[in-house]
Amino acid sequence: MQDRVMEKAAALLESGVCTRVLGWKTGEFFYDVTPAVFTSAEEVRTQMVYNPFCGPNLSKYLIAESRKEGKIAVFLKPCDTFSFVQLQKEHRIARDKVYAVGVQCDGMIDMDSLKALGLRGVTAAREVGDNLIVSTLYGEKTVPRREALSLRCRVCKSKRLNDCDEIIGEQGGDLPSDRFAQVEALEAMTPEERFAFWRSELSKCIRCNACRNVCPACSCEKCVFDNPGSGVRNKAAADSFEENLFHIIRAFHVAGRCTDCGECSRVCPQGIPLHLLNRKLIKDMNQLYGPYQAGADFDSKPPMLAFTPEDPEASIITNGRDGQ
Amino acid sequence: MPVNETFKPTIVAFCCNWCSYAGADLSGTNRLQYPANVKIIRIPCSCRLNPMFILRAFQRGADGVILCGCHPGDCHYTTGNYYARRRMTLLFSLLDYMGIERGRTRVEWVSAAEGAKFAATMNDFTETIIKLGPNRRLEDLRCKTE
Amino acid sequence: MQRIGVFVCWCGSNIAATVDVEKVAQTLAQEPGVVYSTHYQYMCSQAGQEMIQNAIREHRLTGVVICSCSPRMHEATFRKTVEKAGLNPYLLEIANIREHCSWIHKDKLTATEKAVILGRAAIAKVQLNAPLTAGQSPVTKRALVIGGGIAGIQTALDIAEAGFPVDIVEKKPTIGGKMAQIDKTFPTLDCAACILTPKMVDASQNENIDIISYAQVEKVQGFVGSFSVTIRKKARYVDETKCTGCGLCTEKCPQKKVPNEFNLGLDNRRAIYIPFAQAVPKVAAIDPNYCTMLKSGKCGVCAKVCTAGAIDYKQQDQLITREYGAIVVATGFEPIRLDKFDEFAYSQSPDVVTSLEFERLMNAAGPTGGTLLRPSDGSHPHTLVFVQCVGSRCDGGEKGKSYCSKICCMYTAKHAMLIREKYPDTEVYVFYIDVRTPGKNFDEFYRRAVEEYGVHYIKGMVGKVTPQDGKLKVQASDLLGGRQLRIDADMVILAAAIEPDKTARPLATMLTASMDTNDFFTEAHPKLRPVESPTAGIFLSGACQGPKDIPETVAQASAAAAKVIGLLVKDSLTCSPCTAKPDELMCNGCSSCEKVCPYGAITYIDKPFRGPNRTTLIRRVAQVNPAVCQGCGACTVACPSGAMDLQGFSNQQIMAEVDAICR
Repeated sequence: MQDRVMEKAAALLESGVCTRVLGWKTGEFFYDVTPAVFTSAEEVRTQMVYNPFCGPNLSKYLIAESRKEGKIAVFLKPCDTFSFVQLQKEHRIARDKVYAVGVQCDGMIDMDSLKALGLRGVTAAREVGDNLIVSTLYGEKTVPRREALSLRCRVCKSKRLNDCDEIIGEQGGDLPSDRFAQVEALEAMTPEERFAFWRSELSKCIRCNACRNVCPACSCEKCVFDNPGSGVRNKAAADSFEENLFHIIRAFHVAGRCTDCGECSRVCPQGIPLHLLNRKLIKDMNQLYGPYQAGADFDSKPPMLAFTPEDPEASIITNGRDGQ
Repeated sequence: MPVNETFKPTIVAFCCNWCSYAGADLSGTNRLQYPANVKIIRIPCSCRLNPMFILRAFQRGADGVILCGCHPGDCHYTTGNYYARRRMTLLFSLLDYMGIERGRTRVEWVSAAEGAKFAATMNDFTETIIKLGPNRRLEDLRCKTE
Repeated sequence: MQRIGVFVCWCGSNIAATVDVEKVAQTLAQEPGVVYSTHYQYMCSQAGQEMIQNAIREHRLTGVVICSCSPRMHEATFRKTVEKAGLNPYLLEIANIREHCSWIHKDKLTATEKAVILGRAAIAKVQLNAPLTAGQSPVTKRALVIGGGIAGIQTALDIAEAGFPVDIVEKKPTIGGKMAQIDKTFPTLDCAACILTPKMVDASQNENIDIISYAQVEKVQGFVGSFSVTIRKKARYVDETKCTGCGLCTEKCPQKKVPNEFNLGLDNRRAIYIPFAQAVPKVAAIDPNYCTMLKSGKCGVCAKVCTAGAIDYKQQDQLITREYGAIVVATGFEPIRLDKFDEFAYSQSPDVVTSLEFERLMNAAGPTGGTLLRPSDGSHPHTLVFVQCVGSRCDGGEKGKSYCSKICCMYTAKHAMLIREKYPDTEVYVFYIDVRTPGKNFDEFYRRAVEEYGVHYIKGMVGKVTPQDGKLKVQASDLLGGRQLRIDADMVILAAAIEPDKTARPLATMLTASMDTNDFFTEAHPKLRPVESPTAGIFLSGACQGPKDIPETVAQASAAAAKVIGLLVKDSLTCSPCTAKPDELMCNGCSSCEKVCPYGAITYIDKPFRGPNRTTLIRRVAQVNPAVCQGCGACTVACPSGAMDLQGFSNQQIMAEVDAICR
């Protein structure tokens, strides 16, 4: 897969299909893979990587890149293509300036999962069959690949590659996923426990804005939190209220637009499970207004921009589903 | 939680101009009493209510926030309250999920003819808030003047 | 720096009895920005208003807060007051200390305290008020009526009578619509053609009416007062200005096997045809799907026989663009297709017909010349079974429609009565769920069918119709008698549900007019504005809004015309300035706002913006048409970036009120 992606990238540049390629390159460490734009086959061959650490969703970069001169090729994993479609639905990406290559994916590995397996001093990792051979300062270790998967990939919702010009690997379909299990566990708690849970999580927030900056749905020209005119401008959370406010408003603004790509939790330096806020809203919308997957198609109407006269009343929440 | 006898909650009621604000006017015209804790803010339509306004009210010291609009199907702008209903349902669900007391927020549909319902709703809502006690989970301590 | 004046009204004792008005005025005088604060017995009186005006001039006020009765009562009054003193009328806020305070509280201390808080909120808001100017938009004094049935004709006639030019766009080669196909009308049993065709002639002869037949609306731009509509006039291959309607071509055309849609395919017409004798315009049209000349270039008989030289095989579709001030939708209805109702053997036996087909079979100008004959063998039917609610009032709605089609009970009573009157040797059965006859003289009409004409009304549904040995075996249940019935019928007539015309949905999209789940147009208010669409300048006439009989259709058609006339007499429209306004610098162009706007007031343009290093970025940004926006604010919350705000109720203004109340 690695070779095919690199070859494709080089070939697209050489044949003139595109003038730039949006892919990944290695950062300071082998595992901190970062998005990058390549302008020549030479650059692709020397710098581009595609490996199980290529978690970053590249679709958001297309907002800026597709406005530039010339066509850009982009490599998208199945979950990334949902963001790609959603952003097109919101008229953010000029589709004719993009050559989309879908790359089938077996799930991405992340360092947190390796650490959880007790691995320290990791220097390299390579896939062999269903296993991952991890080089560490203390020697080589073999771990089953599925145990090293990032949390979001373990509950993968779809292997479908949406709206690609070309596909590397097989086209996939939607998967049964128990991605709402954690949300359900929280719902089963008492309000006091939930309050304590979210306080302990959100109090860790340092307002670095990484979640916002990486989120493909949070792509406003100017965020309300940066805008003095919005009345909620806020650069740093000075109080528990402001810690909550930022995340409530963020979750609400992306409701019906969030594709559940999981980038927010991936980049959070404090390890806050931010995706649980978005997933809660996705779960509610599915239950209350019918199943909806943002970015799955071009035609369906997002639930927050639609209604039916028979929608349930807000009292189903305020009266308590299970009594107060 | 013991009921605090001296607790005087601050309650913000957002009312749409066409039905609920007129319903509130009617409860005044009919001299129907409800607690002075309730302060009404007029908005053109329930769909004008941005979740930010609700959070802002809690931040600044409100203990309860209620939205009143036209009954579904009777919106002056045809569809506004349908959008408001979805938005409020999801916002309230998210607040509940974060452990905020469910009773602190409410939506009621009050028509221009329902002065009695408006007063009854405000009486009931104030009672609920007094039972819940002061808002502690969504407060901003810097905004407290005491 | 703001210079705000506060005026506390006593409203006689209405406010002053429970609110210490003096204290309120004194306390509010301390608020930042307030330079003048006073109280008076009746602010709305002449003296009170002069007091406000003098204070505005004397203290050079930049904002006015009046603590008084509900803004629903006197906001308009006080806006005029401040405007006369030279202040923008939108730099005024009202604190409702009567309905929302003095009238509901008994304790003076509490009420005074609350009045102060309400006053503070109004002061906080007025600090942020911006002067707003109501815009004017011109009105094009011409109306468009889409659909030339009885609804469209009546609307057009009424508008034309008032002196305004009006165009009727009709998709068929003639106006007349469904009513032209109907034989007799209930509850008077006068002939439809006798009352419709004079109106059709009136429409064609009225100088203010232009009938654009065989045409459809292709594109709609603009907004109330100034719509620009592109109409495609289909090629009829006959020059309308030359054709005299003599009909010779329609007799000589060798292509005789074209199903005649006017008779619902019960007989055939030629490839060149005039839909019916009283068609308006009475001009032939060539059906390009059947004309040998157009298909293979061989024939040309019609051109040879036409003495007027009207045939033009090279005619092309024509695009007409015109400006209108108002648009009336009168697209009407169609009976539903019955292929999902196989149990009634509609597709298996020609003797099972729909009610509209039955109208043609009874009509003197129909395929049988008005003699009721079985379509299968031309024999005289003796036993006829009517089935009501075929596709109406269906639960779940998968097979049919969930609504009542409203007209079927009455026309079935009419059919049954007409048969019994003309052919006393017949037995007529009507199977129904309920008989619904609300309407003037309707129930009397139905009772006559039962009592005087001996029609057998049986409560119950027909389960199955089976064609067998030249008969139709009807199995049905009699719910009141509690028994199963088997009837050997000669004909079965199905009261098919009616649904909006298929062209309505794409038209609604063009007009940004909203529709319900059944594709009926929705009205601006179900009770109080029943003939207007929520989209300003779009009006509804007839069955496009819901099932209707002829009297109701005509009533609504005239009501729509009255609304149109009320709009067209104005030279310009004053728009409320409290409309949504996007900040282009923040707009993402994501279309969220557009999707929730009930009025179609939001459009998008690609606009160049200055980027870094002297570059230009083209961005899609929202535009609000203030003439169309009604100021509900749905868009402001749908907008994730907060680029969309509502003038007069801005985010900052509402939050300032919140802050003042929660302080």
